[in-house]
Amino acid sequence: MEQYIGASLMLLFATGIAGGMVLMTSLLGPKKSFADKDEPFECGESQIVSPHQRFSVKFYLVAVLFILFDIEAVFLFPWAILFKKLGMFGFIEMFLFLLILGVGLLYVWKKGGLDWE
Amino acid sequence: MIPAPIVDLVSLSPVIVLSLFAMGVLILDLFIGKDKTVLVFLSLLGLFLAAVSSLAKGTGPIYSFSNSYVVDTFSIFLTFVFAISSALAIMLSVSYNKEQGIKIGEYYSIILFCTVGMIVLASSADLIMIFLGIEIVSISLYILAGIRRTEKRSNEAALKYFLLGAFASGFLLYGMALVYGATGTTHLKDIASVLASSEFKTSPILLMGVVLLVVGFGFKVASVPFHMWAPDVYQGSATPVTAFMSVGPKAAVFAAFFRIFVEGIPNISDYWDTILCIVAVITMFVGNLGAIIQDNMKRLLAYSSISHAGYILVALIAKNSLGMSSLLFYMLAYAFMSFGAFAIIIILDKQNGDNLEVKDYAGLGFKHPVIAVCMSIFLLSLGGLPPFAGFVGKFYIFSAAVKEGYITLVVLGVLNSAISFYYYLRVIVYMYMKEPEGDYQVQPSLAPFSLLVIGIAVFGTIELGIFPGPVISWTMN
Amino acid sequence: MELLIFYPIAALAVVLALFVVFNKSPIGSAVSLIGLMLCLAGVFIGLSAHFVAILQVIIYAGAIMVLFMFVIMLLNLKDDDNVIWKSREGNTLLTVLTGFLVLGILYKIISITLSADSSKPAKIMESFGTTAEVGKSLFTTYVLPFEVASILLLVAMVGALVLAKTKID
Repeated sequence: MEQYIGASLMLLFATGIAGGMVLMTSLLGPKKSFADKDEPFECGESQIVSPHQRFSVKFYLVAVLFILFDIEAVFLFPWAILFKKLGMFGFIEMFLFLLILGVGLLYVWKKGGLDWE
Repeated sequence: MIPAPIVDLVSLSPVIVLSLFAMGVLILDLFIGKDKTVLVFLSLLGLFLAAVSSLAKGTGPIYSFSNSYVVDTFSIFLTFVFAISSALAIMLSVSYNKEQGIKIGEYYSIILFCTVGMIVLASSADLIMIFLGIEIVSISLYILAGIRRTEKRSNEAALKYFLLGAFASGFLLYGMALVYGATGTTHLKDIASVLASSEFKTSPILLMGVVLLVVGFGFKVASVPFHMWAPDVYQGSATPVTAFMSVGPKAAVFAAFFRIFVEGIPNISDYWDTILCIVAVITMFVGNLGAIIQDNMKRLLAYSSISHAGYILVALIAKNSLGMSSLLFYMLAYAFMSFGAFAIIIILDKQNGDNLEVKDYAGLGFKHPVIAVCMSIFLLSLGGLPPFAGFVGKFYIFSAAVKEGYITLVVLGVLNSAISFYYYLRVIVYMYMKEPEGDYQVQPSLAPFSLLVIGIAVFGTIELGIFPGPVISWTMN
Repeated sequence: MELLIFYPIAALAVVLALFVVFNKSPIGSAVSLIGLMLCLAGVFIGLSAHFVAILQVIIYAGAIMVLFMFVIMLLNLKDDDNVIWKSREGNTLLTVLTGFLVLGILYKIISITLSADSSKPAKIMESFGTTAEVGKSLFTTYVLPFEVASILLLVAMVGALVLAKTKID
């Protein structure tokens, strides 16, 4: 459990600083409100739309590819930690792993899976 | 420094060769134009080389990769079955894909990847490897089921298969996790030796794990009561895909089923024996009785394939070396019969899935006698009539079960074979004794590759039926 | 000390799980699910499964929940104000039976857990569950599954593209 004390303190500090900043601005900052400022603004979007807009199916493909490469990345953590201890063998192992997924990336790229069409 | 593990690339050679070819086909497809013929030949070459390279290690059981991968007669023989069935599927697809407008070249590489998964399944002696193999096979099959992207039935098949299959994978994985939890190891060898001491045998966690394994595997091989997906998926998929998934992947999952239950947990067979007997019997009955009322040929063969899963389960229940070799023999025989029957369906199939009803076969015996004779051979062999391969396979399975004293099971199995003749003969009666409704319009599309498949299938069905000796002695090794 | 951390996290996990089931808006359910995943990561840390905890956060709370969100938005699910869920009449018996079966299994699990001798917990080594320890067995004993996993990911990639891309040919 001891090894978590540092991490927890770090987490506490980070949330403290971020939260503190938000709190401080809302407390100390000047507050002037007028009609135009209160409107939610996003460039190029109409202001009032139904929240139930259908997303394009293209997002789905992006999300699936994200998961796959995310899982791939997860394998890199233990490898990076053990990189020196594993020596040449570990290097070849990970090289093969990444090569196979590189084939996947090449395929997805050439097939236009990363284009937004 | 962490010492590097021992890597036995020679044992792994079929997997390596086939993976390289699969990736090669995938990449090559990006750079060639619309003509995919070169991919077909490359895939067939890859399958051939993979089958040949599986012989590199001899036949003795050789364990490698810290006991998680094994090369023995079982895995080598199945590698050959997989290579043959995948090659037949690819050859059947060539003209079918052109007619049905399936243009994508990924088709071939997915079949190759699926075959990689099957080889991994047949050769693994470790729960993690078995799970990975099953997932590679399943994901490839989900894709293949939905390969006709514009067809509603195909989409339905892919979605149904995916949702139910994902659930089954979950059950399977949970079962494996519980078995691991109860025994403390994932290697089948070690599980067997842990269970040899009586201490762990009655652990409820272990029993729950075994039940979940039965559920997961039961789904993957389409045994009752987890068979509901099979008819819809078989009907909705492209016909070569249906033929493919009814043979290779099923054989592969049975191989893993066999390895876990007969090599990993035989010491607690008192517990799973009864469950599997019940599953086998109802699988045979539901498959055969369900097939009787089908009018669609693909659905009929789907139910027939369910009933065959029941017969193969009998080989598994026998748990002896005869059971193992009869399982191998039956897989090869089933590959020939099933691919033959599906090949005939494919050459008679027109776009939009016409000519798939049993009544469309009326009059075939007079218009195209050769095709009708071939179809009769395949159907009679599926039913188990001598002198065809199906008879020898069934005889062999039942004798393995009799040897272990499962008389009731065998009697019910034989009874089911008799029932199955009803629907196989019904198709034959239609072909030879019924007049077609209206004008006879069925025009078979005789592509050279499809004819080659039918030729190979006829040869295999008769050869294995009349001279089963060499193959049987190979499986006995 | 460990129980002091475990109970609040576990209680929060149960509450969030209930939120997932009973929330009217699908997005609300998904957000509760993210919280649930984070709580589970906490439970894993309590079990000294550090690497699994990291995976839980990165893959489940991160990647998979992104997919969930996208799918919810894709399907354009409305709050279920006028949708009434009904189980099929014929299935009632089956549902009840399954429920009892699950209850029985839960009872069995609880009785096993309670009967276990918790005074002498199994000894585990100091580095158990750390990223380095997981990596050590992943890259030596389980090197083959590791490489095969990359094939699995590749097939999944091809599958995602073949089935979900709008224009493929």
